[in-house]
Amino acid sequence: MASIPLGSPNAADLDDTPFTKVTFWRRFRRHRLAVAGLVVLSAMVLGAVFAHQLAALGGFADPNAIDEAHWTGPALPPCFQNASLCAHHLLGSDEVGRDLFARLLFGARISLTLAVTAVLMEISIGTLFGAIAGYYGGWVDYLLMRITDVFLSIPILPLLLVLTGIYTEQHQSKSALNFGVIVFIIGILSWPSVARLVRASFLTLREREFAEAARAVGNGDGRIIFRHLLPNAVAPIVVQATLDVANIIILESTLDFLGFGIQPPTASWGNMLVNAQSNVEQAWWAAVFPGLCILVTTLAINFIGDGLRDALDPNMN
Amino acid sequence: MRRTLQAIPLLLLISMGLFWIISNAPGGALAPYLQNPHITPADIARLKHNLGLDQPLPVQYVHWLARAVRGDFGWSTSNSEPVLQAILQRFPATLELMGASLIVALTVGLSAGIFSAVLPYSVWDYIITGFAFFGQSMPIFWFALMLQLGLAVHGIPLGFGYMIQLPSAGLSNSDTFNLGDRLAHLVLPTIALSFLSLALYSRFMRSSLLEVMNADYIRTASAKGLPFHTVLFKHGLKNALIPVVTVVAISLPTLIAGAVVTETIFAWPGMGRLFINALQQGDIALLMGYLCLVSVLVVFSNLLADVAYAWLDPRVKY
Repeated sequence: MASIPLGSPNAADLDDTPFTKVTFWRRFRRHRLAVAGLVVLSAMVLGAVFAHQLAALGGFADPNAIDEAHWTGPALPPCFQNASLCAHHLLGSDEVGRDLFARLLFGARISLTLAVTAVLMEISIGTLFGAIAGYYGGWVDYLLMRITDVFLSIPILPLLLVLTGIYTEQHQSKSALNFGVIVFIIGILSWPSVARLVRASFLTLREREFAEAARAVGNGDGRIIFRHLLPNAVAPIVVQATLDVANIIILESTLDFLGFGIQPPTASWGNMLVNAQSNVEQAWWAAVFPGLCILVTTLAINFIGDGLRDALDPNMN
Repeated sequence: MRRTLQAIPLLLLISMGLFWIISNAPGGALAPYLQNPHITPADIARLKHNLGLDQPLPVQYVHWLARAVRGDFGWSTSNSEPVLQAILQRFPATLELMGASLIVALTVGLSAGIFSAVLPYSVWDYIITGFAFFGQSMPIFWFALMLQLGLAVHGIPLGFGYMIQLPSAGLSNSDTFNLGDRLAHLVLPTIALSFLSLALYSRFMRSSLLEVMNADYIRTASAKGLPFHTVLFKHGLKNALIPVVTVVAISLPTLIAGAVVTETIFAWPGMGRLFINALQQGDIALLMGYLCLVSVLVVFSNLLADVAYAWLDPRVKY
């Protein structure tokens, strides 16, 4: 996809100066929404890192603690609807009296770390297989690409649900479905699109003169792949990785919402919405804020991804 | 023709993979019986033997495949009917929802993309692109919840005492067919499901058309004095739409996954909800059948897109 205009420069503005960190930042800064996205995402990351301290400000360092002092049955409204609770519940509480703000902070921790680790796994597997397929070509390439065909022909969400469903049955309980298992399953299912991308770059890179030169001076295949070709294929991988963090946050929260992801009482943005749906008439805030967190985070990441695409390679498709 | 032949081993590989995954489910197809106190271990062993579950996995697979190609995907324990029948019964509802979403996404998405490309870097372009970013970043299930909250629970006042208030669940209110009622029930699920595809199509249409409009033959067409709309529609759009065919085909899995979520939230009696029910009740045969049929759908739409692409663009050869 060609570059998107939001705050991005016209193609004519982009100069041909050699690519350095400085030019990267100059180009990235010109994409105003990407910068805004970076600010918002940094705030989210800080919130997730200091979740414990921030939640303690309202007196709920434990996100599963029930506010016995104020909670009388219905969910407590957010600060701007009931000023007397401002010191304790900035965003109100859920239907069992747990502080929403604290749960959102700890939910950010889960969502962000889970998506980033899953993406790291996806990128490692995808890059390795894509590089091998693109570099060697022939039957290796054919075989690997048929495998990616298989993965890409099965809609990922239903397959993901079946895998987590089988896993919970094998372990007789849903609580076995922890962080690591979800990361592993998502990583295993999502690497093929990365492999396709890396393969495409490697197919052209391996024909270039510098690859030829590296071969001529007697480098081994491993060295050529990782030291000579891979650094030249990094730009599309970085962009894809960024966009996939957003996609996986959505995917994982959907899984949580359907009851096949992170299990309560551990707070995650997706599972906070499960009970909120049946309670939406009494407590709109419990349904609105977790989703808003997901939307704002993924929007920020998508803007950053778009900015990276413009900054790393203006001609990239 | 070669492409069609390639689809067959692909489908075989997919079904093998799925069969292997599903066979890992504890209890397998007999899981619902294991809980039943009236069924003795001897009965289980007999059932196992009768269903061929005591044989090695590859043998089981071949047996399953032999039946599946004849349309027999086994018995759905959660619906007490054959799997294929259970799925086909829900298929029209899903088709209705996905078809409506695809129509909305195509008409709105493509026209927004064309509009953006005709006026690049204008205010409208920024608004449309911003909207597309929202569509891409929106979790469908939450969007659906918000639509329910806004338009079904509270309703939007239009002034003069009128309200827009739409039904939030189900296919229809009455048993007899009533077009207005059916359409009213279709509105919210369609909006929820089409948003993501709409965003994708508009972004793709924009970049595709921008690229084409910079081509030499467009400049030639303008230079020989053709009016702008002729250049745009007869020369530009005709070529820019070719790659869109592929994007629509590629986005089918997204639409199918989205339908699972949308149907669950709006209590839409389609295949997606059937699948979620089967998942909750450990109905192995139905899960396998659903995943296979959905994959067949995806493989064939990709095939169709390839054929259409080659037909629309004579430069492409397979």
